[in-house]
Amino acid sequence: MALLRVLLIDDEEELVFTLAERLMLRGIEVEGVTSGADAIGRVQEKKFDVVVLDMKMPGMGGLEVMRMIRREQPTIKFILMTGRGSPEEGEEGMQGGAFAYLLKPINIEDLMEKMMEAVSV
Amino acid sequence: MKFLRRIIPDYWAEEGNSEEGLFRYRRLWKYSVSLTALVSLAPLIIMTVVNYYQYQKVLRVEMIHPISQLASNTKRSLESFIEERISALNLIIHDKSFEDLADQEKLIAVFGNMKNSFGGFVDLGLINAEGYQRTYVGPYELKGKNYRDQDWFHEVSLRGVYVSDVFMGYRNFPHFVIAVKNERAGGSFYVLRATIDAETPIQKIISPLDLRPSTDVFVINREGILQTSSRFHGRILERSSVVAPPFSSRPEVLEGHTREGQSYLLGYAYIERTPFILMIVAQPQALMKNWLSVRRDLIWFLIGSMVLILLVILWGSTYMVSRLREADLKRAALLHNAEYTNKMASIGRLAAGVAHEINNPLAIINEKAGLVKDLALLTEDFPQKEKIIKIIDSLLANVERCSTITHRLLGFAKRMDVHLETINLELLIREVLGFLEKEASYRDISVDFHIPEGFPSIQSDRGQLQQVFLNIINNAFAAVGEGGKIDISMREERDGDAVAVTIKDNGHGISEEDLKRIFEPFFTTKKEGGVGLGLSITYGIVEKLGGRISVESKVGQGTGFTVILPAQKTRF
Repeated sequence: MALLRVLLIDDEEELVFTLAERLMLRGIEVEGVTSGADAIGRVQEKKFDVVVLDMKMPGMGGLEVMRMIRREQPTIKFILMTGRGSPEEGEEGMQGGAFAYLLKPINIEDLMEKMMEAVSV
Repeated sequence: MKFLRRIIPDYWAEEGNSEEGLFRYRRLWKYSVSLTALVSLAPLIIMTVVNYYQYQKVLRVEMIHPISQLASNTKRSLESFIEERISALNLIIHDKSFEDLADQEKLIAVFGNMKNSFGGFVDLGLINAEGYQRTYVGPYELKGKNYRDQDWFHEVSLRGVYVSDVFMGYRNFPHFVIAVKNERAGGSFYVLRATIDAETPIQKIISPLDLRPSTDVFVINREGILQTSSRFHGRILERSSVVAPPFSSRPEVLEGHTREGQSYLLGYAYIERTPFILMIVAQPQALMKNWLSVRRDLIWFLIGSMVLILLVILWGSTYMVSRLREADLKRAALLHNAEYTNKMASIGRLAAGVAHEINNPLAIINEKAGLVKDLALLTEDFPQKEKIIKIIDSLLANVERCSTITHRLLGFAKRMDVHLETINLELLIREVLGFLEKEASYRDISVDFHIPEGFPSIQSDRGQLQQVFLNIINNAFAAVGEGGKIDISMREERDGDAVAVTIKDNGHGISEEDLKRIFEPFFTTKKEGGVGLGLSITYGIVEKLGGRISVESKVGQGTGFTVILPAQKTRF
């Protein structure tokens, strides 16, 4: 049994798979997808503890994806990644129900910490 | 000084100002002053000059008129005086026969009648064609005197009437002679000759009561010998200092100079049938007194109005040109401001775009490098493992450095929501200073507040303002040395619609060249660690809050930033 089940969503394929690999190396069960639609497909099939997602994506944006996923799995926790430099956008996500937000490029240790916090609450 | 500023523009003295426009305003002012002065002063001067001559002419006429009047009246009186006496003699000579007149008793009776009817007669004599005085009545012993060779006898025998000059003669008092002739049957003739006292009756005629003290009336003969006494021009039978004027049958007035060079106005009239010329000499100085006072008034009036008009013109031109210049400067400043704001906005958009595009690859690099590090750490020892991990750490550190920059760039351009609240600026700035307390005490930097009493609170965004003042005060701290001074003053602007906060340091100052670019992103003078975004972000925030920020600085003296903020935020 893995430590955590994490769904990773970002439109940048390279980022998603690299980050996923790094998290896997840390003993986390990770699935990476590159769009909101794929993500919704995954949560319908499988249960996750945490969703890590980008705020800005083509098609469905981060906040919208968050709402759709919560409909499928209400207890899921969200950690947002934002490419914009301002904390304001992150705050917006927090108000939308996210557990935490991180500025891109993210620090993997920070991410690990936030994920642990999220599931321990 | 203040008054002078009103009539002469203050930029007049700004020598060496390279501002091209200044010369334009100076020229405009000059044109305005000279043109207005020309159109207003020229008619005034012309009118005054015309008036001056007009008035002079009128006064001259007024001066001449009474003289010519007096001359004409006196001429008539004198002529009728002489005429009366000629007529009296004529009546007698025709009424009485030679024999009657040759009778001494009868002549005495005639003389008595004549004297009673006409004043002035002194004696009367009858002279026959041979010039022999047949009979004589008078105070002198002249009977039997022969006048045959005398000029007057020839003249009376030729013309029938003769009036002599005034002379002393045997009688030793000034008198003149009137003689008339009567033809007798057979070609012979006889003459009746009367002597008339020159002084008393003529003086009476020519001395009107209301004569001006400076005016002189007298009679001369055609040679210029005085026939009566004069006030200023000699005594009777002396040569007058005024020469005999040219003949005219009518009374005339002319200007002239005495032999002593004094100018006078002369009214004169030739008395008909006599050698007499009536002279009225007036002193122009006395007559001109009036004119001089009028002329003085006129000149003062002209000077007074010219000064007044010039003052008004100067004031008006200065006021107008100054207003024009102010408006131009204001417009130029607005244009410049708009241009600057546009420039900052474009740079902001560009920076945000670039930052955003770079941020994603940066994130990928970050993860890839992180993965390599992870893998390396999980792998058994391999050659140069430690070195590779070190390299990757350095890579990650540089990625972080880049991301700091991109984050700040994005922050520079980001859209902000403004949360309005009531802010006491002094408290807010004191809060900000709290962050820097340690540094201040460590470097002995003093901060003074100058805030007027009753300074109002404003409506603005607390967080944003904190950042603004933190940036500015941070810069001030960086600029001053140990023991530096920072002054923070506040005042109300635009009748309380806005407030201005000025933060002044006594640091090293900023060069004029740098001052122009101080709000541009990436512009920095800090040798290490400065990205050059602090003031550009500050600028952006102040604009967004509806305010303005400006800077003044002198190298070596310090820098002052002024932030003007609206008291009530109205536009977003």
